Amino acid sequence: MSILSELRDSRELVANLTRREVKGKYKRTVLGQLWSLANPLAAMLVYTLVFSFIIKIEPDVGDPSGLDIFAVWLLCALLPWSFFTNVVTGGMASLVGNENLIKKVYFPRSALVVANGFSAFFTWSTEMAVLLVVLLVVGSAVLPWLPLVVVVMAVLYVFALGISLLLSIANVYFRDTQHFVAILFQIWFYATPIVYPGTLVSERSDRMGPLFGSVTLEDLYRLNPMERFAEVFRNLLYDNRMPELVDLLVIIAWAVGALVVGALVFTRHSKRLAEAL
Amino acid sequence: MSAISVEGVSKRFRVYHERNQTLKAAVMRRRRASYEDFWALRDVDLEIPHGSSFALVGDNGSGKSTLLKCLAQILYPDDGRIETRGRVAALLEVGSGFHPELSGRDNVYLNASILGMKRPEIARKFDEIVDFAGVEQFIDQPVKNYSSGMYVRLGFAVAINVDPEILLVDEVLAVGDAAFQEKCAQKFATFKREGRTVVVVSHSMPSLRTMVDHAAWLQKGVLREVGPAQGVLERYSDSTHESSGATIGGLVHIGSGEVRIQRAEVLPLTATDEPLTVGGGLRLRLHWSAAGRVERPVVGIAVEALDGTYLAATNTRDAGDPVDVLEGEGVLECTLPDVRLHPGTYSVIASVTDESTTELLDQVRDIARFSVDSGGRSWSGGYLALPASWDQVAESTSAVDG
Repeated sequence: MSILSELRDSRELVANLTRREVKGKYKRTVLGQLWSLANPLAAMLVYTLVFSFIIKIEPDVGDPSGLDIFAVWLLCALLPWSFFTNVVTGGMASLVGNENLIKKVYFPRSALVVANGFSAFFTWSTEMAVLLVVLLVVGSAVLPWLPLVVVVMAVLYVFALGISLLLSIANVYFRDTQHFVAILFQIWFYATPIVYPGTLVSERSDRMGPLFGSVTLEDLYRLNPMERFAEVFRNLLYDNRMPELVDLLVIIAWAVGALVVGALVFTRHSKRLAEAL
Repeated sequence: MSAISVEGVSKRFRVYHERNQTLKAAVMRRRRASYEDFWALRDVDLEIPHGSSFALVGDNGSGKSTLLKCLAQILYPDDGRIETRGRVAALLEVGSGFHPELSGRDNVYLNASILGMKRPEIARKFDEIVDFAGVEQFIDQPVKNYSSGMYVRLGFAVAINVDPEILLVDEVLAVGDAAFQEKCAQKFATFKREGRTVVVVSHSMPSLRTMVDHAAWLQKGVLREVGPAQGVLERYSDSTHESSGATIGGLVHIGSGEVRIQRAEVLPLTATDEPLTVGGGLRLRLHWSAAGRVERPVVGIAVEALDGTYLAATNTRDAGDPVDVLEGEGVLECTLPDVRLHPGTYSVIASVTDESTTELLDQVRDIARFSVDSGGRSWSGGYLALPASWDQVAESTSAVDG
C-alpha cells in the first residue's frame, strides 16, 4: 500500500514529529512526563471508589493468578482504553491542528497521524511499565506473557491508527466529528467491560434468552472490538493465561480492517488536504 | 532535459456559496453545497530548463502562487501533469513547522526532516545552518523566545541548506536585515553557479531582473508568455503601467489656497500616439484657478518614483519663463522634451509658490502619473537613463590619456 511505502521513506520525519509531540506536551511543567501518569491514576481512584466501594462490583478472582484487587483489575483494561481514545482524539485533531504546515510544505501527511499515535504509544508504554511493576509487587506471574502483551499492544496501536486515519479526514470536512466522537467515546466506555466484568453481561444475556433468531445480547455486546481487547489484556496481565484464540484472531481482523479502510480513505483524500483545510 | 515539465496543467478551486461546513447543514439541505468553479490555472504548459533561474510573474490572482504550490506538491492539479526531476525544496513560508516550546536545536532537526533531510545529513550541516542564521548563542533556547527576525532567519537557513536540486521560492527574499539579505543573495548566486534550478515568485521587478534568466508571465491563470527573462519581464512591467494622462481623483491640497491646481493632464509631445520611451518627450498641462489676483507666482512640477524617491523638479522661474499674474482660471503647459528616465511609472507633484518661493500657495502630490516604456530595449535598473556608448580602445591610449 502506498501509505506504507510513503511512511517507510519518512521514518525520520515520523520520529522527529513524535519527539516533538512527546517533548512539547509537558514543557514548562514541573512534573513533566509524570503528568501522563496522573490521568490514569485519578481515573483509577475515582472508579475504584465508585464501582468497588460504593456499587460493590466484584470481578472474578484472577485465574490462575489468584489476584483479587479491583484497582489493578481495572487498570489492566483502563490503560488500553485510554490509549485508544488518546490516539483517536489526538489523531483526529492532528491534520486540523497542523494546517499551517500542510498548506506550506510537502511531506507525507500520514506522518502527522502516525506520529501522534506513536507519542500516545510512548505515554502508554510508561503507564504499562508502572502497571507491570505493580503487578509484580502484588504477585502476578506476568513476565512470561510479556512478549504477547507487546504484540497485542501493537495490534491495538494498528487498530487505533486505522480509526484515527479515517476520522482525521472526516474531521477536516466536518468539524463536528470531534465533538461527536467525544460523546461516542463516553457511551463506548460503558459498552466495554472496563469498570465492570463482562460476565455480568453474559449472565444478563443468559437470563434474557435470544433477542431475535439465535442472536443474544452477548453476541451483540461482543461485536465491540474494544471488548475483545479488554478481555485479552486482562487474560494476559491479570489472570496470567492464554487468551482465547478466537479473541486474538478477532482483534487482529479488526486491526487490519481498520487500517485498510483508514489508509484507503486517507490516501484518497490526502492530496486535497491543502485545499480542504 | 528540463528540471520541471508542466504539461497542460489546470487547477480548479471551488468557490462555495454556502459551504456545508457542519454536518447539520449537510444533512438538512440534503444536497451538495452549491459552488462555482474558479479556474486558477488553465492549461498551462511550461518547461523550466535545468540550472535556470526562473521567475513566475503576474498580477495578484494570476495563478502564479497556485502554480508554485502545484510544483511543490502542496496542491495537485485537476488536469495535466507536472514532472520534476531532482529533489525539490519549497520556501513558501519559513519556520512554519516550528514548535514554540522546543529549542532551536530540536526545531532545526524537526524542520529539516519535514523538508526531507536525513539525520546524518542534518548533523553534518547543523553548524552551517546555525551559523547562517546567526543564532549560535540561543540555539538551546525555546524558539518562542526568539525575536521574529531570528525565527525567520533560522527557518530560512534550514530550508536553504536542504540542498535541493530545485528550489521554489515565494517572495521570501525580503527577510532579515541587510546583512542577512546579502548572505541570501550570495547563497542564491552559489545555487546558480552549482547549476541548480531556482523558481521564484515575486513582485519586486528590480530584484528579479538581477536574479533570473527565464520568466513566465501568467494572466488570470493562463500563460501569456514564457521565455528569456529580459523580454518577458519588460513586457509584463509595461503592461502594469497605468495609461498615460490619467488624473487621480481625491487630490490633497496643501498651501494657502490662493491658487488651486485642479488637475493635470499628461500629453505626448506631438499629436502622435506613440508611448513615451526613454529620452522621449511629454507635455504636462496644469489646470489652475485663482481666488484673487496673484502676482508673479512661481509654478513648478516635481517628479517622484512610486516608492517616493524624489527625482527631479523644475519651475517657471528656473526655466526662465516667469508668470506675471494668475487671475481667474487657465491652463499652464510645461513641455519636457527630453525625459531621461528609465522605464517605469512616475508621479508628478505640482506646486505654486509666491515670488520668493517661501510661501506655498498650493501643492498637490500625485496629481498625475506618466509611464516610460522600454520600447523593446533592455535596461538594467535605476531611475535615471545614462546615455552611453562603449568602445574597445588600445591599452596605451588609456595609459597616457590626458
